Amino acid sequence: MAQSTVTDHAALRFGAPEFEDIQGIARFGYGNLTSACFYLLRIADLALAREWLRNAPVSNAVARNPPPETALQVAFSVDGLRALGMVPAVLEGFSAEFLSGMAGEEARSRRLGDIGTNSPGTWRWGAGSVPHLLVMTYATPARFELWKRELTGSLWDRAFSKLEELTTSDMGGREPFGFVDGISQPIFDWERRLELQNVEAEYRNLTMLGELLLGYPNEYGKYTDRPVLEPSADPDALLPPAEDRPNTRDLGRNGTYVVFRDLRQDVRCFWQFLAAEARAANRTPQALAEAMVGRTIEGDPLVPWGENDVLADELPDESRRNQFTFNRDPEGVHCPFGAHIRRANPRTADVPPGTDSALKRLVQTLGLAPQRARDDVIASARFHRILRRGREYGTALSSDDALQPGSEGEERGLRFLCLNANIARQFEFVQNAWIMSTKFGGLTEESDPLLGNREAIAGSRLSGAFSLCRGDGVRHRLRGLPQFVTVRGGGYFFLPGLRALKYLASRV
Amino acid sequence: MLPQSNLLIMARIARGREEHLRALLATMNQRPGFADPENPLLPFGRFGRLHVARFVILKDPTPDDLSVYGLPTRSFAPTLAFMADCDGSADELLAQLVALCEAGLRSIFSHCDGFSASNDLLDWMRQHRARPAAAYVNWVGRTVRQIREEAALYGAVSAYLDANGRALAVESPQRIRRQLMDFVEAEKRAGRVVLNPSEPTPVGWRIRNLLNLIAIPLVLLMASPLLILYLPAFLWLLRRKETRDPEVLPRPQPAHRSVIAALEDNDVTNPYIVLGYLKPGWFRLSTVIFLLWIVDYGARHIYNRGHLGRVQTIHFARWVFLNDRRQMFFASNYDGSLDSYMDDFINKVAWGLNLLFSNGVGYPRTDWLLVGGASDEQKFKYYLFRHQLPVQVWYKAYPGLTSFDLMRNSRLREGIERSSMTDYEIREWLNLL
Repeated sequence: MAQSTVTDHAALRFGAPEFEDIQGIARFGYGNLTSACFYLLRIADLALAREWLRNAPVSNAVARNPPPETALQVAFSVDGLRALGMVPAVLEGFSAEFLSGMAGEEARSRRLGDIGTNSPGTWRWGAGSVPHLLVMTYATPARFELWKRELTGSLWDRAFSKLEELTTSDMGGREPFGFVDGISQPIFDWERRLELQNVEAEYRNLTMLGELLLGYPNEYGKYTDRPVLEPSADPDALLPPAEDRPNTRDLGRNGTYVVFRDLRQDVRCFWQFLAAEARAANRTPQALAEAMVGRTIEGDPLVPWGENDVLADELPDESRRNQFTFNRDPEGVHCPFGAHIRRANPRTADVPPGTDSALKRLVQTLGLAPQRARDDVIASARFHRILRRGREYGTALSSDDALQPGSEGEERGLRFLCLNANIARQFEFVQNAWIMSTKFGGLTEESDPLLGNREAIAGSRLSGAFSLCRGDGVRHRLRGLPQFVTVRGGGYFFLPGLRALKYLASRV
Repeated sequence: MLPQSNLLIMARIARGREEHLRALLATMNQRPGFADPENPLLPFGRFGRLHVARFVILKDPTPDDLSVYGLPTRSFAPTLAFMADCDGSADELLAQLVALCEAGLRSIFSHCDGFSASNDLLDWMRQHRARPAAAYVNWVGRTVRQIREEAALYGAVSAYLDANGRALAVESPQRIRRQLMDFVEAEKRAGRVVLNPSEPTPVGWRIRNLLNLIAIPLVLLMASPLLILYLPAFLWLLRRKETRDPEVLPRPQPAHRSVIAALEDNDVTNPYIVLGYLKPGWFRLSTVIFLLWIVDYGARHIYNRGHLGRVQTIHFARWVFLNDRRQMFFASNYDGSLDSYMDDFINKVAWGLNLLFSNGVGYPRTDWLLVGGASDEQKFKYYLFRHQLPVQVWYKAYPGLTSFDLMRNSRLREGIERSSMTDYEIREWLNLL
């Protein structure tokens, strides 16, 4: 079998996970810390900024009981690293996407769907005014104000100038349209027990640590490029050695990239559109919304659940809502092909389902296997996973209230944050090839029903469609979907390991 | 069935004329790199048999790479290449090009060595025609006319389904199909849908194709005693070289990548081209010649129905030797963005890439010609980024359509034209629409 196996000898080979060196957000969503705020800062005074960073009580990933009541995380944009005095030779070790930035090139904006009303020119932040630092603060509601005051004292005021203070709100685990969110997540192999196969014939949520953190093997079994220094560049020996190059110092180890996208959600527009379409589709507005998401409003996937669909002993506490594939719904009858969760994570393996024997594998590899039109169209999911850590903002608006007339006086939406080790292969791929593509999985004239920008493409009559497949006959298509989500800002950040943070803060 | 053929013209750019040529080529575009189909120099859109075409300046992005073998840098003068894939004979296309756009072509090729106003343009272009060592066509026999007719058919049927889906859905599969057939029939009568029968297969092509089908296995069979004798030596040499050939995989210059990215993603399809040195010596050259010969055979007789190996996103591709077979380029037209194209390559046909590209200087290390190499994702991407060239002018006759769309549209038509289908077949067919 080519299904991945897990071994128990790994701990001996690699030692325990370095939780004390990893910023906690890589392991925890801080679900109990329901108050959060994201500061976007520019460095006003380098020496004072370093001083603040040296003394900042940045949270690590060690599990505590009871869980802490506060948390603090710090990440840097490429401009921020430059402002901290990082020399070009070191800077060049970061990935090209990070160096260029989310809004740095028109070509990138085209790929990400940041055109039209999403284009960086219209952003509140991230295009003209690029932050140096992203400071993420979390606390229980009781502690939150005090926690912010503790962090943002007079040193903070002198060290930084504040571009934005992005508030969040607790919507009880639901995103502003009303759906339970954050269910589909990769599960990282902290213990490094996963033995990679050349061809993974089954989908799994368990994911190589190197897809999240720099300095560890990724899904190809390789170390993603990152800044690795000569020992002379680290005279105080603050940094850990690089696992793949023992005589060097790894600035990336236990660090990751944060992708931040500030998304405004037009909740009224969403529910009013669905209410208008419901009659023609012979469904309730909620059922239509659920088809567009691919889950019920409570978060259960629309596909039938099957035993052993996903690598079995993955996680005992793992919810069934994340243990499924779309193999039981190859025609998109239960969950439409274009549904948001099917685009964001199609849960595909390296080979189409049923490729289980060596002979079938060979025939498949040569491209000679008989197959249906859509069988091998979507890329293997394991190379394109992201860890989502977003928070909602604004006041919640129920679907009932959204149907009432009223002006959208107040903004609401999602501070979308995700973590990944290779922005191009993970976030950008998902955003480009799966979310925004009007050609995803053989579909046509439709992008993601929630996130799509509805920009027309050449040769197509429409761009804002959404197809519901009935399986026993003719599809039903919603047409003229408005743009429900607009990008208001965004950026790429490097979230260093804690030793690397110390190194960055202490450089002369 | 009218098979496709390719046209390739290559000529050295005259000294000092490159910048002027670039500026001229840029005037053909509506967006950087993306041709205006009606541009006055070469209005591609007027050639009804032309699928894709491009002008590209072949300028070695890695001239110093041979130094890893201790060999001196050989800088080859930049070459202008014109590539086109068309229905029917490429000779005819060439003649039409000259007949319709002589002035434009003259102004372009006047930037090349040995071209003067007194030249006969057609003769000159014929003299500079080159043949690819291997070529791939996504769907042999699918013509531009067919693609356009079927796209219009899909548009009409799709709109019909949008308008009448609810009423249709309660019907039996057979009745749904009947109604769609009646609708298409009415559209045809009204002249809104045209579905011409496919053109007859040229007899000459059929004979040549059949001879090729038989001759190559026959030659292989006859040569097999020699090949088997050579095999141990081949494997010994291969391993010796694989373990010693140096990798040349520096991080690509961000500026190099940006220049190319600025030309990409104007359409759902993108042009692609990588150029590099072959590893020096007879061993690699003979290996790659042999393998390309096999690839060409495979593309002709096996992979001629929508996919090359497992990769379904390539419309047209070719492998071409140049500069006395010291260098090679691979040019393709693929669906999606570059990163997804490379991921598709790596995850689906790493073995196939290794077979050919591992004979290029600096390629990530392979084992037994098949293993390793491209499966080192990041190194492989660096390798490709470094060798990629910007395409100055690119044209595609059916913007917005992917190879999947073309296949789906053909299946739609098949379902309309077939004499009968089972309920199950109809269900699958409807699900594609």
